[in-house]
Amino acid sequence: MNCRQVVELMTEYIEGTLSIDERTRFEEHIAGCDGCRAYLAQMRTARQLARRLADEPIPPTLERELLDAFRNWRRV
Amino acid sequence: MGESINDSELDALRAGDEAAFQSLIQRYHGPMLRLAMTYVGDRGVAEEVVQEAWLTCVRSLGRFEGRSSLKTWIFGIVINVARSRRRKESRILPFASFWRRDDSDSRRPTVDQSRFGSDGMWRSGPPSWDNLPESKVLGDEIVQQVRAAIEGLPQKQREVIVLRDVAGFEAGEVSVMLGISPANERVRLHRARAAVRQALEEYLR
Repeated sequence: MNCRQVVELMTEYIEGTLSIDERTRFEEHIAGCDGCRAYLAQMRTARQLARRLADEPIPPTLERELLDAFRNWRRV
Repeated sequence: MGESINDSELDALRAGDEAAFQSLIQRYHGPMLRLAMTYVGDRGVAEEVVQEAWLTCVRSLGRFEGRSSLKTWIFGIVINVARSRRRKESRILPFASFWRRDDSDSRRPTVDQSRFGSDGMWRSGPPSWDNLPESKVLGDEIVQQVRAAIEGLPQKQREVIVLRDVAGFEAGEVSVMLGISPANERVRLHRARAAVRQALEEYLR
């Protein structure tokens, strides 16, 4: 496996969907390749940063409206 | 967000437990908003979509049969509401991005081929981020770079990366929710993550 092939397998590797054979060859390559190791670490960083987009507080007005709606639904 | 909702949370909602509902709307607001923005370009419209989706959930809670997880059900409603809203919006305002060429399902390389030598090895490898200050690599500003990079993706990639990486759904759940094969889900996810990584490389250069 060369770097050009390895970079296109990064997501399959992270998602755990490579075959055992592919996974072994992928890991052998990564062990000896600074560039691909950095690339893999960066794909993981991108993923962790994307997760932080979830941390967005709900606007108080919307929260109140929804709580009201929930309360009213309860009464019905 | 990766935690699955257990039945006790559903039971609490059905029993009218306000604290349980409040915890849910707080926790899911960010990912729901991101998901809505995948379909409607405007933030204000996306907030309306989130609101409408929650109201639909509240009205339909009694009919929810629990065949999927509560979280999957809620986000599925967001997708339906957002898609229907976009159909209405696009009649008024044709978003250029909706008609853009979309290579989401292509298996073409995600990395500029000139970065590799004729032997397929890196000629100009990705510069390591290890020696950059942590505040730069993990600060709030870079999260905004990720947001912008995701918003710039074709829609088919955006919905996958938002469901998988922002909302924290399992890969299998994402392919079911979007009605695509697991292989397709991975191809789109790969293109999306590679594009976000590339945007970060440029930002951190």
